[in-house]
Amino acid sequence: MGIAVWLALAVLATGACGGGREGGGGERRETITVLAAASLTDAFGELAEAFEATHPGVMVRLAFAGSATLRTQALEGAPADVFASASPDEVEALAAAGLVVEQRALAENTLVVAAARQGGERVATFADLAEPGLRLVLAAETVPAGRYARRALALADTAGTLAPDFAARVLANVRSNEPSVRAALAKVELGEADAAIVYASDLAGAMRPGVRAVAIPARFQAPAGYRIALLSKRASARAFLAFATSHASAAILAHHGFAPAGGAP
Amino acid sequence: MSSLGGRARLAGLALLIALFALFFLLPFAGLLERGLRDPDAWDAVTSATARDALALSLWTSTLALAIAIVTGTPVAYWLARARFHGKGAVEALIDLPIVLPPTIAGVALLTAFGRNGLLGEPLDSWFGLTLGFSTTAVVMAQLFVGAPFYVRAARAGFASVDAQYERVALTLGASRLRAFVRIVLPLSWPSLAAGAALCWARALGELGATLIFAGNLQGETQTMPLAILSAFESASGLTAAVALSLLLLIVALVALAAFWLISPRMREPL
Repeated sequence: MGIAVWLALAVLATGACGGGREGGGGERRETITVLAAASLTDAFGELAEAFEATHPGVMVRLAFAGSATLRTQALEGAPADVFASASPDEVEALAAAGLVVEQRALAENTLVVAAARQGGERVATFADLAEPGLRLVLAAETVPAGRYARRALALADTAGTLAPDFAARVLANVRSNEPSVRAALAKVELGEADAAIVYASDLAGAMRPGVRAVAIPARFQAPAGYRIALLSKRASARAFLAFATSHASAAILAHHGFAPAGGAP
Repeated sequence: MSSLGGRARLAGLALLIALFALFFLLPFAGLLERGLRDPDAWDAVTSATARDALALSLWTSTLALAIAIVTGTPVAYWLARARFHGKGAVEALIDLPIVLPPTIAGVALLTAFGRNGLLGEPLDSWFGLTLGFSTTAVVMAQLFVGAPFYVRAARAGFASVDAQYERVALTLGASRLRAFVRIVLPLSWPSLAAGAALCWARALGELGATLIFAGNLQGETQTMPLAILSAFESASGLTAAVALSLLLLIVALVALAAFWLISPRMREPL
């Protein structure tokens, strides 16, 4: 078991991690704080580096957690300049509170089943999630990934092509509702759970030797619409918003398994 | 002059005490204010989620305490009486979970008892027994972080009882067990009660290790702290989290008051 996995799990469990990079030299640097959904962890890490490289003097401080946690923190006055959520709901909640200066579509994501190589052998197709006794973990309903996963199950039920009561059977296999999609994935990587429903992007970037991706049919997919919002009027924050929705950013996001916003790739 | 300087020092001291008190009282005032202000708070307190979580929290933390007492008392007595090389190391090891961040405790428990863990793997492949995502895992996490508080206090309590008393009882024909029950236990009782209270309170508040090792499922592994975390993330945001926090706070206060009544010496530092 990779030490990195354990470390990642420890970081995930703490809920959020602020990642600040110190600039060299004595010159004053401006810092902007970006709250980003847990599923954006790798993509935004790279995005922030690219942004800092093209915007000397600006330092990006990243805080990752489930979109819902970030929303509540921002609502309660956590200082933040940019908020990137895995669903429009959280951004709308901030907009209703008058905190959003500007918002844009960021990217789209689809769902996939992450099956453990060891223990998850029974999972060959999406339909196998209903197998009795399977140890399934989902992101909690309170975070976007959890809602999307349950929506996919509901769509499968409506389609009626799978077993009757498919969604109910799958939900009966749920052993834990994890606080973020990355926490759910970590449980599969550790072999604690047999399978989880995660974002396609979660399995796209880094090598995850303990995990196998099992596709979810497109007709059951409700694409996840990522939204990015400007929470302050600072010029550097506005520059980050522009950068995150630029072509350069789209390439980084695509590399991490995200689809462009508002349409097929 | 000197009285003026004395008064200034006194004022400075009072200011420090006031700042300290303010810092620790304000968060409770905030909880109370939010809870009373929000009309939806009562719904959250009476929800099925809250009921399940509170029931689970109460019985798992009580079971963890019972196990801590049964297995920890002999350890504490042994540490209080025995003289051997490396005793300090043993004591430090037992204290380790107290200073360990709970997330590390959770990861450590996984490496030992998880499906790929040192003991977890043979348990799974030989007996098909898995501990993760079970209520057993919840109790294990609580025991791991809570028991050291009990052992620590009990060891201090036993050590404060002069071994001479026991020796006298033995020469008068009492058995070792009888001497322990009739002499050592009554004399160290306040320390034991204080340690038990701390152990139980720590088990009740356990979050990080439980989340990592046991997961989060209503009625099964979702204790009050996990329910509060989930509520914090829900659409109702702080309202439900505040309501559940107040509920747990009241339960903990009632329980600690009960411990306090049992043991007057809990008022003294350990």
